[in-house]
Amino acid sequence: MSDEIEQLVHSAQADIAACDDPRALETLRVDLLGKKGRVTGLLKQLGGMAPDERKTYGERVNKAKETLAAALESRGETLDSAALEARLASERIDVTLDGRGETIGGLHPITRTIQRITEIFGEMGFEAVEGPEIEDDFHNFGALNIPEAHPARAMQDTFYVLNGERLLRTHTSPVQIRTMQQRKPPIRIVCPGRVYRVDSDRTHSPMFHQMEGLYVAEKVSLADLKYDLQVFLSRFFERDIEALFRPSYFPFVEPGADVHIKWTLPDGSWRWLEVLGCGVVHPKVLEAVGIDSEKYSGYAFGMGMERMAMLRYGVDDLRLFFNNDLRFLEQFH
Amino acid sequence: MKLSENWLREWVNPAATIEQIAERLVMGGLELEIEPAVAGRATQVVVAKIVEAERHPQADRLQVCKVDAGTGALLQIVCGAPNARPGIKVPCAVVGATLPGGMQIGEAKLRGVESFGMLCSASELGLAEKSDGLVELEADARIGMSIDDYFDLDDHILNLEITPNRGDCLSVVGLARDISALYGVPLKRPTPQQTVVEGHEQIKVEIESVDDCPSYVGRVITKLNAKARTPDWMRERLRRSGIRSIHPVVDITNYVMLELGQPMHAFDAGKLSGNIRVRRARDGESLQLLNEQTVECRDRELLISDDGGPIALAGVMGGLDSGVQAGTTRIFFESACFAPTAVAGTGRRHKLFSDASYRYERGVDPALQRQALERATQLVLQICGGETHPVTQAGRSQPEPVNVRVRRSRIDQVLGHEIPAKDVETLLGRLGIALRAEVGDAWMARVPSHRYDLRIEADLIEEVGRLYGYDRIPARPYQAQLAPSQRAEAARPLIAVKQHLAARGWQEAISLAFVEPGLQTALDPQAAAIALDNPIADNLSVMRTTLWAGLIPAWLYNRARQQDRVRLFEAGVCFALDNGSVVETSRLAGLAAGRALPEQWGSANRPVDFYDLKAEVVSLFGNAAADYRFEAAEHPALHPGRCARIVRGDQACGWIGELHPKLVGTLDLPEAPLLFELDWTTLRSVGVPKAAALSEFPSSRRDLAVVVAESVSGEQLLTCARQAAGELLSEALIFDIYRGTGLKTGEKSVALGLLFNNVSRTLTLSEIDTAASAVTQALTRELNAVIRQ
Repeated sequence: MSDEIEQLVHSAQADIAACDDPRALETLRVDLLGKKGRVTGLLKQLGGMAPDERKTYGERVNKAKETLAAALESRGETLDSAALEARLASERIDVTLDGRGETIGGLHPITRTIQRITEIFGEMGFEAVEGPEIEDDFHNFGALNIPEAHPARAMQDTFYVLNGERLLRTHTSPVQIRTMQQRKPPIRIVCPGRVYRVDSDRTHSPMFHQMEGLYVAEKVSLADLKYDLQVFLSRFFERDIEALFRPSYFPFVEPGADVHIKWTLPDGSWRWLEVLGCGVVHPKVLEAVGIDSEKYSGYAFGMGMERMAMLRYGVDDLRLFFNNDLRFLEQFH
Repeated sequence: MKLSENWLREWVNPAATIEQIAERLVMGGLELEIEPAVAGRATQVVVAKIVEAERHPQADRLQVCKVDAGTGALLQIVCGAPNARPGIKVPCAVVGATLPGGMQIGEAKLRGVESFGMLCSASELGLAEKSDGLVELEADARIGMSIDDYFDLDDHILNLEITPNRGDCLSVVGLARDISALYGVPLKRPTPQQTVVEGHEQIKVEIESVDDCPSYVGRVITKLNAKARTPDWMRERLRRSGIRSIHPVVDITNYVMLELGQPMHAFDAGKLSGNIRVRRARDGESLQLLNEQTVECRDRELLISDDGGPIALAGVMGGLDSGVQAGTTRIFFESACFAPTAVAGTGRRHKLFSDASYRYERGVDPALQRQALERATQLVLQICGGETHPVTQAGRSQPEPVNVRVRRSRIDQVLGHEIPAKDVETLLGRLGIALRAEVGDAWMARVPSHRYDLRIEADLIEEVGRLYGYDRIPARPYQAQLAPSQRAEAARPLIAVKQHLAARGWQEAISLAFVEPGLQTALDPQAAAIALDNPIADNLSVMRTTLWAGLIPAWLYNRARQQDRVRLFEAGVCFALDNGSVVETSRLAGLAAGRALPEQWGSANRPVDFYDLKAEVVSLFGNAAADYRFEAAEHPALHPGRCARIVRGDQACGWIGELHPKLVGTLDLPEAPLLFELDWTTLRSVGVPKAAALSEFPSSRRDLAVVVAESVSGEQLLTCARQAAGELLSEALIFDIYRGTGLKTGEKSVALGLLFNNVSRTLTLSEIDTAASAVTQALTRELNAVIRQ
């Protein structure tokens, strides 16, 4: 009797080991351990046995059942893992091939520059404001203390339209004028935008971009201006910038200054480089927009975005900004 | 303006090198560069006299000269200059000398004759670009004197660029005054010599308006020596200022202008008739100027005239006929102050730029005229001799004194730094500004006449800051008084949309806002474009009314550089006239051409089409997409069958389409790009999101295929389906369109997907069936659709 169990276990173990297909293994399992399986069938003989014999026999059959169940499971796992291996091998792809679909585009370097500068000033409490590009004489010149016959007008030759009735703004200062006409101090704004001058050569474009800033409040001074610009320059270039304020002249500020920064060239030499014009807002400008110049004072500054972009990104030819050559633009992605 | 350092040091001489002075001036607001007085310096070149000159025995064009160079014995020098002749004094480079170009002078043999040195021309000494023959020195030049000393070549040139407000610095005296103030060293003023008036001739001067010409003085000088020549020292100083020597009298006017800052003019008194009048031009008047250009006077330009008509364009240039010439022996000197407003513009209108107009436009000291006239008179007497006549004076004899109130509290406030009262008095005092203490913390400042730029308190505060030094004013950390602005969340910032497009593969372009008029008209024939009065080029002469006028050239530029796939966008302002007034619209536009996707493996290579671009445009609408519609409509620049007007609510806000094949032909384009343009003001506005309840219950989907005529649009089908299905329908979409086998020409089969859902319950089958059959009935009834089973 006991041989029958042993034989069955032996032959079943051999069958399990030889099985290399998960479905055949399942059939084998049903054949051995199913309700009508061979191992289960052994238990039918229990009915004709004495009670103590029945106990021993039953225990032996159960043990055989466990042994075979374990063998089946282990074989099943082996087969599953082999099947997975095979599937993974067949599904291997070339991960070095390019991804499909659209590639990335990019912002124009001038947009990028304006955005960075606007953000830096934004953190310092300046709001970005825009205004019209076709202006009238009052907002572009008159209100800025640039009267009809002033030689300062010779410095910026202007594009006119509508038979001289209107003009293309030569700076973004008209936006400052419009803002001061509309709001009451404190005013703390930057005005980025396109401006136009009759000038076209290697270092001048008839259209370019400026950012001007204005702060009008009580007791605003040259000392405040120096600090704010110093902070801005160091943030923009991401290093300590040595800045020099030299007296200069713009009709709309007094005192006026040019800001020069110490610029080191690749060969280690350095020179002063002019990057900004600025000053304390001229009292006549405040008066022109109806702000009490006794109660309030202000400072203003202005800089060229192309120049800042050239310094920051090492662009050496102004014309590259307006050719829209993708080979240039893609370098700023 | 260029000036000689040595000349300047005659007026002010701080103990500093010229480089230090230049640095101080730059920090004081004057831009300048230092140049050497001559390009290179010669050594061992001396004043010599030609004693004999004989023809070279072997060469017709050479002479053998015997020269006294102060060396004791006469030197034999072979010379090729045509003007070499006995009796003249010339520069002589002796053996051992080096010329500026590096040439070494040694003993030489020229065509068999020994030569011990070289006689020099101006260009050989670096004193001129080119020259003819030897420099003829003055008769009283000391033989043996080094040429460096003779020409005062141990000198520098200050090349000065002033800001427009500092016209007072455009002279030796003017610059010396500022150096004196910056260094606190006194100005040296030569004692004026009294002119002895011998004659009694006078020309009467009338001024039409003292606003145009506050002051005019003049004087006749007669019996000039017509053969007088400008002395070398004066020529050299003029040369260093970039002014050519022309005639002794003209040279003197220029010299006085450089020295004192007063432009002067000399008329040939023999050519004048009657009185002199300073007046505005009348229509039709014209004048031939010294440069031989004839100008038609315009805009009531300020003139000097005599009884015969205009004789000078006031403050700009004199007339040719009345000017001094070789042989002139009687002159009338003009020393006048013209108001900047009266002369500004005249030069520019006629494209005439003179040293005089440069100064008058910036302002001339209204008290300087008499002093300058006396200085010029003395130089004439010294150089040309002659008889002096009395001064004619017209206009104001003295300008009104100018007093400006300055408060020390205001100085501190504007500069943000406290400068002691004593320092303020010292600094302004150095500029010749006398301060008188007033009640409180104020002073009354009396401004000298040459600082006509100082008129208000702020002007004086700037002077204090400038002389004190901006670098000594400490930066003050900010304590800003702020008024934070309100920014609406429903108005998107442009940068967000730009970044969105960039992330989807679009490259931003920036084009010039002035465009080619032909292209502009072709793209937007109905718009009233604004033309520039003064364009820089014909192809940049109108303001764009559409951004496509910049994007198309940008695309072509890149296409010409082997970039076949282009996706460019631009944001900017477009300009047009509406009923005569300028309208500026902010727009966002894009151009796509070439393949739909970048060249790659595994994706079909097909050209970009309308629907590719439409998806891009819809992505720009953000959460407001449901407000927008695309209407079939016609645009003159777009393909009539592949073009849509973009509408938000009932507001047209843009266009999308393929460029019209006709334009592809007329503009000679390689293919038709796809274009879109949207109004930014409309596009930027999106809703502030409002969260809605989510349904916990499953959706049911019904798919439906209908055959309809080609003329039935997708939008009609979906609208009809939505209306018929009622509230239970949560979404309707078209997921396939079929044409071809099984269908007639002019028909298409459209597959619709209908999604039904309710937030509060599961829908019953019969509810969905009812709604779906309402859709099929409506499609059949309203759009003649045939339901495919």
